[in-house]
Amino acid sequence: MYALTVENLSVAYDKKTVLENACVSVPTGHLSAIIGPNGAGKSTFLKAILNQLPNKVGRVEILGKVFEPKSLVVGYVPQRNAVDWDFPTNALDIVLMGRYGHTGLFRRPSRKDKILAQQALTSVGMEDFADRSIGQLSGGQQQRVFLARALAQNADIYFLDEPFAGVDAATEKTIIDILKDLKAQGKSIFVVHHDLQTVKDYFDYTILLNKTILASGATEDVFTPEQLQKTYGGKLFMMQNV
Amino acid sequence: MIEFWVVLTGILVGITCGIAGVFLILRRMSMIADAISHTVLFGIVMAYIITQTLNGFWMLIGAAAAGILTAYLVQLLHSSGIQEDAAIGVVFTSLFAAGVLLITLFAGNVHLDVEHILMGEIAFVPWDRWTFLSITLPKAVWMLLLVLIINIGFLLLFFKEMKLTTFDPVYAASIGVPVLFLHYGFMTSISFTTVAAFDSVGAILVVAMLIGPAATSYLISKSIKQMFIYSMAFGAAAAVIGYYLAKFWDTSIAGMMATIVGVLFVMTLISQKIIERRRKALVSKFEV
Amino acid sequence: MLSGNLLWVLSGTMLLGIAAGITGTFSFLQKQSLVGDAAAHAALPGIALAFLLTGQKELPILMLGAGITSALSVYCIQWIVSFSKLKADAAIGLVLTVFFGIGVVFLTVVNRSPLGNQSGLNNFIFGKAATMTKADLMWLFISATIIILVSLLLYKEWKLLIFDPVYAKGIGLPIEALKATLTVLIVMTIVTGIQAVGVILMSALLIIPAASAKLWTKKLSSMLVLSATIGGISGITGTFISAMRTGLSTGPIIVLVAAAIFFISYFISPSGQISKYRRKMQFRKQGELG
Repeated sequence: MYALTVENLSVAYDKKTVLENACVSVPTGHLSAIIGPNGAGKSTFLKAILNQLPNKVGRVEILGKVFEPKSLVVGYVPQRNAVDWDFPTNALDIVLMGRYGHTGLFRRPSRKDKILAQQALTSVGMEDFADRSIGQLSGGQQQRVFLARALAQNADIYFLDEPFAGVDAATEKTIIDILKDLKAQGKSIFVVHHDLQTVKDYFDYTILLNKTILASGATEDVFTPEQLQKTYGGKLFMMQNV
Repeated sequence: MIEFWVVLTGILVGITCGIAGVFLILRRMSMIADAISHTVLFGIVMAYIITQTLNGFWMLIGAAAAGILTAYLVQLLHSSGIQEDAAIGVVFTSLFAAGVLLITLFAGNVHLDVEHILMGEIAFVPWDRWTFLSITLPKAVWMLLLVLIINIGFLLLFFKEMKLTTFDPVYAASIGVPVLFLHYGFMTSISFTTVAAFDSVGAILVVAMLIGPAATSYLISKSIKQMFIYSMAFGAAAAVIGYYLAKFWDTSIAGMMATIVGVLFVMTLISQKIIERRRKALVSKFEV
Repeated sequence: MLSGNLLWVLSGTMLLGIAAGITGTFSFLQKQSLVGDAAAHAALPGIALAFLLTGQKELPILMLGAGITSALSVYCIQWIVSFSKLKADAAIGLVLTVFFGIGVVFLTVVNRSPLGNQSGLNNFIFGKAATMTKADLMWLFISATIIILVSLLLYKEWKLLIFDPVYAKGIGLPIEALKATLTVLIVMTIVTGIQAVGVILMSALLIIPAASAKLWTKKLSSMLVLSATIGGISGITGTFISAMRTGLSTGPIIVLVAAAIFFISYFISPSGQISKYRRKMQFRKQGELG
């Protein structure tokens, strides 16, 4: 069974083609990194997979089927700066939002929903912050709240957009431990990742993306100087150290 | 007794707009509300042209339709690449101009009082009454109560979805929450609110009531529920204070209400900053 | 009706369209189109207050009052955004309506005074282009000239400020002074335009030509010229049409002409909908073949 199958995915805005004929098939149970230079189309790739782009061409299958949001199989963790943290509410409330799909329209979250939300908060080490206004959270804390939300949703496949950007070391460790734990449970995780130094430690599968998928496969096979050179072109200076 | 109805209407405007305004502020749609307040003119004129009557009910429908049309056109332009503020600007100025033109072309001899539409006349509210189920109330009060119930109903039904789609629409879409439906539903409720209130305070000043109290409560609220409560309170307060000051100084009631909305905002903002500074001073004292 | 008066009004609205097209483009590119709308509404309290304080109905005095409150509103918006958690849209909406409300309060007092003019509000909202006088035209001419000259002078600096603010700051450009100058020009356009064509129209002229121009070009210089041209054409055409049929006020027609130009551009320009549709169809075909 494939976690993600992408066939000839192309996305264009105005006159610019952002993604062209991207193809990849990733089996389930992997912790995969999606890496590429800035502007390579990584966030677009995610949005296209989530079916949020009307002007896409090509086929995307998640867990063997065309993605149906109500199935709640996809847990999406966006970039932190995608939302306004001045929103008047607390951390627990945000995590509880992850249960809304299960609660259903017109109903209030049940006690079970609230307990699951609290457990999710605890699993990311934020149980003391349940009542804290989200505007008062640090970057790392915000990121953990977002992850807790996806965990509360109890998805089968997770997509995270740069979860390690600008977070402290403790948060980074917490997050990667949780992701590895999810992998151990048989879930599939895809992470748009920016830090080449940690790819080999964190991810067992790698997808190289720059306007199209240049390579994908086990990290040890794909994460090589030649492949990285092809992906990053002239933008790579630190490859000698990897 | 007459004054009672005027003040009550003002309070209802403050409360209804205060509630509607909360998500307006949180969704950053204040200017769309401003646009709608201008385009209701177009809707009212169309209603007159089509029905050839000055019936308040049809004007309500026309205005509400204009509101939804506005939201739709702005959304259409924006999603096809026009930046949002320009989309709003183009739509509302064009529809307003069209409305004015239509008045001169087809309703030139009819008393469609533009000033009334834009500024309202709350002092006349008690005279125009409807009787329903053997209760007689001023028309404005009926409309406001109806819209208040509709708004509260919409929010109760969709509270958590509105919260989520406001905070993180991309995540909301990924779990199947109907983002677009809620957007238009909310815009509809704003249109109804504008229409119900402008008879009393005028289209332009409705916007003050929609934005001001909610903006003021945004400064100090720690939760959305708090935001609703503060917003209603500020709205009602602005209405009451505005009315009595206008009476005292013999000036425009609607204008004074809008002015007090602004005063409350500034006072809240400054008080908040003073309290913050005092708290910081206290904290730094302890850290020494 | 091709009288001398019509020629005055034609020149006036043309100049106004040009001035608004230029200053509007700069606002538009800084995503501040609606700030112009607020500033236009904020002129009302200034006009009324000027009259209340001085008892004069002379144009320069009223214009000065309008200019002061108009500029003040722009600074209030900036102050609210930087000083509180309120976002730009709410700040603009709040300032717009509160200033206007204050204006209505003052205007009501004016209308009750012996010298007051009852049709004040209507004129403020719709303008009285048809009754433009030589004095009005002179002010428009002076304003338009100043605006064009200053825009030519500061073109390079403003271009940098808009497209690369970090670099601009880095090479030591006086950012605040440049922004302030732009604000002054916008306020000047608004103040001279309002008494001729009204608040709503002013907002329209500041936004619609600029938005239309952006559909045709990405270069600032072309955008400015195109926007000014569209503004000017809207002014002339609108005035002409309204002159041909008595009873139609000039303001709304000018807006509708500008809107028509916008919608035509929306469809047929290179960035417009028809081209987009063609490209999308081509794209789909390629996708199916590939």
